[in-house]
Amino acid sequence: MSAVFQVQNLKKAFGGLAVTQDVSITLNPGDRVALIGPNGAGKTTFVNLVTGHLVPDSGKVILAGNDVTSLGPTPRVRQGLVRSFQVTRLFPDMTPEEHLALAVLQRTGRSGTIFGHYQAKPDVMAEVAELLHTLGLDHIATRRVSEIAYGQQRLLEIALALALKPKVLLLDEPAAGVPQSDTPRIEAALAGLPSDLAVLMIEHDMDLVFRFAKRVIVLAAGAIIFDGSPADVTKDARVREAYLGSYANDRSAA
Amino acid sequence: MAAVEHTSIAKPVQSARPNWLARDLIGVAVILAVAVLGYFLFPNNLALLTRILAIALLVLSIDLVTGFCGVATLGHAALFGAGAYAAGIAAVHWGITDPFLMIVIGAVGGAVAGLVSGAVILRGHGLAQLVLSIAVVHLFHEAANKASTYTGGSDGLAGISPDPIFGMFGFDLWGRTAYGFAVALLVIVFVLLRLLTRSPFGMLCRGIKEDPIRVRAMGASVHGTLLKMYVISGVVAGIGGALNAISTQVVGLDSLSFTLSAESLVMLVLGGTGSLYGALIGTVSFMWFEDFVSAANPFHWLTIVGALLIAVVLFAPRGLYGSAQLLLERFRGAGK
Repeated sequence: MSAVFQVQNLKKAFGGLAVTQDVSITLNPGDRVALIGPNGAGKTTFVNLVTGHLVPDSGKVILAGNDVTSLGPTPRVRQGLVRSFQVTRLFPDMTPEEHLALAVLQRTGRSGTIFGHYQAKPDVMAEVAELLHTLGLDHIATRRVSEIAYGQQRLLEIALALALKPKVLLLDEPAAGVPQSDTPRIEAALAGLPSDLAVLMIEHDMDLVFRFAKRVIVLAAGAIIFDGSPADVTKDARVREAYLGSYANDRSAA
Repeated sequence: MAAVEHTSIAKPVQSARPNWLARDLIGVAVILAVAVLGYFLFPNNLALLTRILAIALLVLSIDLVTGFCGVATLGHAALFGAGAYAAGIAAVHWGITDPFLMIVIGAVGGAVAGLVSGAVILRGHGLAQLVLSIAVVHLFHEAANKASTYTGGSDGLAGISPDPIFGMFGFDLWGRTAYGFAVALLVIVFVLLRLLTRSPFGMLCRGIKEDPIRVRAMGASVHGTLLKMYVISGVVAGIGGALNAISTQVVGLDSLSFTLSAESLVMLVLGGTGSLYGALIGTVSFMWFEDFVSAANPFHWLTIVGALLIAVVLFAPRGLYGSAQLLLERFRGAGK
């Protein structure tokens, strides 16, 4: 299986502070990878470099065989690199149905059409209905997003990403801010993601990481300190040091 | 939280299409009824009514960029004036006096002005955007003033004599033809804009107004979309300008002024942004009120207009139409 997404020797420094140091990650179709790390590890910078919001000092980002390093965020989305947001970014006055229709129309190059209504396009409506059904949002399809529960908004974020038919999906804390009672639904949605899609999830909640990810990458001080199976991550001395700090280090050295 | 979700009644996916189609037909019927009423109530004031319709096109055009896309502008008369001068110059200097052709030329002039001013204004955001828009309208004004060979400068461009419509209906002294022509144009533009605002493109524009970052994350170009809307809005404003040139048979520098830009934005806010009905209601109420008050009290009419605006902004921040809609929704909600 050939890699769908490669980050090669990515480096970024702000002034003298290196926030991303020689990071390389390879994702294959179907991968379920979690990116974790303590606060200030450089996760956000990494996401911004990968999505094209920041320009790296050196290194490459390769998407489905194409070097996209010099491209901005929008063309990267068009090539199949889609992200969700840590805090939902939706259109409060629009309905879930409208959100998904817009995404489908955008993906199929029809979002600039100045005549015709999306409800009159059977292919769009069929796809929207399917997405709504998959994520269990049918019953609120025509409600305004500002009126639906936060957990449902998070599900809509995932649906919106899927409507763009990505090759690589970056999920930025998909369960953040969701009440405990709703997390099973988010997890079910994550478990139901297309099997050929490569998913990189940035997450704090370790329970979710262990249930979702087949592979865990740990970022600390801008560098990858661990890349392996979830079973091994907690045993790794460097990971423990990064999370627990020098205190643990001192204890283990003593 | 969960309880709230479970109590939410599953709403069947309603077929919204016939609903809005009916609403639009009613809307057009109301516009036509008001137009006919105006014709019979104010037969000696058709020139004012025609001017209201031309300005309504300008206000609709501002609504497209401000109400639907969230772009702040105080320089939109540049697009209106460009349409007026394009149609006027075509008639006076090139002998193109067919009213339909003049409208098309006005639309093209407005579109070009929309492209130019959009390219400048969309560079900025918020306050900077507003300042850029003011700069643009001043530059257009100055350009028209300097190019007096074509525009007549501060004397205005006179001598526009459009042909009769279909060779039958001449533009008479009473302004009947001009009024009918204006009503027809407004209705056509209004219907097209209703379709536009509901189209995928209109939906994308609404998305940009609500969250441009999300729109980018969907892979759509925010700048390209806004520029496109600016050009479309230029077409609408340009038609309004050309209509004004045809009906008054003269184009003055005031059609490119900051004052007109600001006044039309006020009309939009008065009626309610983000709704085509709001734009129409705002224009008609403002201009009718201005005309009425200036006749009733020629000394203090501006004070009265100012007081009315403050009252609307303070007590009905969503504008006349928006507030009426809100009241109706509450009334319906209470009735359930």
